[in-house]
Amino acid sequence: MSRESILHRVRTALGRSAGDPPAAPPPVRIRVPESDREARIASMMARVEALAGQACRTADPRAAVAGMIAGKTAVASNAEFLAACGITDLPCVRSGLTDRDELRAACASADFGITSADYVLADTGTLVMLSSPQEARLISLLPPAHIAVVPAERILSGLDELFSLVPDPAAVSSSLVLITGPSRTADIEQILVRGVHGPGRIAVVIAG
Amino acid sequence: MSAEFQQKIHETLADANLQLAIYTATGRLKDKRVENVAPDVLPDYQELRAQANAIKKHTIENLDYYLEEFERNVEAHGGKVVWCKDAGEVSDFILGLAKERRARLIVKSKSMTTEEIDLNESLEHQGLESVETDLGEYILQLAHERPYHIVAPALHKTRYDVAGIFSKNLHVPEETVPEKQTAIARAVLREKFLAADIGISGANFLVADSGAVCIVENEGNARLTTTAPKIHIAVAGIEKLIPRAQDLATFLKLLARSATGQALSVYTSFLSGPRRAGAGEIDGPDEFYVVLLDNGRTKLLPDRARRQSLYCIRCGACLNTCPVYRKIGGHSFPWVYSGPIGAIITPQFMGVGHEPGLPFASSLCGACGEVCPVKIDIPKVLLDLRSEVKKAEAREGHSRLERLAFRAFAWVMTHPRVYAMAGRMAAAVAPASDGGWIRHLPAPLAVGPLKAWLSQRDLPPPPARSFRDLWRMR
Repeated sequence: MSRESILHRVRTALGRSAGDPPAAPPPVRIRVPESDREARIASMMARVEALAGQACRTADPRAAVAGMIAGKTAVASNAEFLAACGITDLPCVRSGLTDRDELRAACASADFGITSADYVLADTGTLVMLSSPQEARLISLLPPAHIAVVPAERILSGLDELFSLVPDPAAVSSSLVLITGPSRTADIEQILVRGVHGPGRIAVVIAG
Repeated sequence: MSAEFQQKIHETLADANLQLAIYTATGRLKDKRVENVAPDVLPDYQELRAQANAIKKHTIENLDYYLEEFERNVEAHGGKVVWCKDAGEVSDFILGLAKERRARLIVKSKSMTTEEIDLNESLEHQGLESVETDLGEYILQLAHERPYHIVAPALHKTRYDVAGIFSKNLHVPEETVPEKQTAIARAVLREKFLAADIGISGANFLVADSGAVCIVENEGNARLTTTAPKIHIAVAGIEKLIPRAQDLATFLKLLARSATGQALSVYTSFLSGPRRAGAGEIDGPDEFYVVLLDNGRTKLLPDRARRQSLYCIRCGACLNTCPVYRKIGGHSFPWVYSGPIGAIITPQFMGVGHEPGLPFASSLCGACGEVCPVKIDIPKVLLDLRSEVKKAEAREGHSRLERLAFRAFAWVMTHPRVYAMAGRMAAAVAPASDGGWIRHLPAPLAVGPLKAWLSQRDLPPPPARSFRDLWRMR
């Protein structure tokens, strides 16, 4: 294996020796702006809509989700918040999956994937999803439409606030995914097409 | 400049449809970048660039430390780091693993690094099926072509080209609507994702303090590649390191804006190791490997000015803004990396002799350096490489005529009387101008390097009275 030879070449080129500590790195640049919750919610909803997503705020997320899926099939994650909202009890919604193969088969055939999100970023309209026993990775990926139901207090200003709250995502989960709008491509003549491999439709439901 | 390079340039310039396609696509990307880094949209853009440059500089200067830190943290999360010096070592590793796990089908997400080492070809030679899943890359794999652009690989293909490629390879009726073409690819590739044994991705960043790979994309194919199969292998150059996850707050704000003019790409994945089944994570791969590739990168490290070429985050902004790339396109370039960044990376990876014309395929207007989100001084490195090419030519005794011409030029410039006389002579013998420009030199002058130099340039006609005459008459 080339480990030693690569490290040797790097060190020789840089004039360093094994075990040399690094020089002091530039300080991390994190700037969290002051903003009130209402402004963050308004910004987030405007951004999601600008990306051709759907955004709504409601005191009754169960009814909002029921209206969206309109009798089609859905897989819901094991997020406690979805159960607390009564979304997992909706007819046609499958939830409680913990087996990988079973989950995959369910997601591959469902019309909707329903998740919560750890955070939402106001300035870009981004969902922040950490993989966990509550949130599987494929629910927001395989079905053609994704609905995320999120409590209003989880809206952050943006990336800087996220990385100040979660300085090392690897300490929490093997997978952190930021989702900003529906899956898209412009690979053919720069013409925008949505729903390439991931969901072509995305809805963010803010509860409260 | 090699005959092949010249030939490809001439072919591209002569193809009107291609010229329009390149110009339109790069123009759109260029405008979207400008909109999205404007002061009212991203007020701290210049500060972010300075920070990104400082972080990259620091990381490259301490690269051995961060490589080892990265390796420790990948292993702490149950992954494995594989160090490879070249293409052969990468394919040996993947083939060995595929054999051990009885893997047959590989899905791949877009990665310039794997293009660089022709990974698909090596794997397919050994009987594995390796499928590109990014729409543009998939089209090109079917057409057996290499990417035209770092970010928009199939920029040169029209929907009619795609209709032909799909119909021929996938045995579907000719379909010319991009939305329907995308649906065809989605259906074919969905089957592949769900059946694949191994997923191979690239990496936009390797994060040392987390042992994580960070991948940005718009389609969702990289997420599927890294989530659906039981094995995920990320292949990345050793220069992709950044020290801390928190540095992503800087880089993610710059990357998508510079590449496609998006505030963020649709999907940003931050992956640190295999699924943590013990912690109850439901899905994700069982095995996680990061291939750290040298393939010539360490050759760039000794020289302080040149090592900045390794700061590149492959956004493609320099291609979109480059007046030369926008004329000669991506396939004129002799290797997978095109545009200004290709013109500085290729000679350093492959040696300047690989294509001596490359550092000269630039007008040195400086636009590439101005848009670079990590502030690589591309024009400076181009000049440096030009001088290396010229030194090599001098050693080989080439271009004696050119040296003679420059010596004569120096003599004229340092002797005011001779200079004045030369000016008067030029005005007297100047050929006819065409629309205010001299486009053709008289035959006796149009020889050797002067002819080549002037074949791409027009001259203003010499004035009847020189500046020196006017000054004297004042």
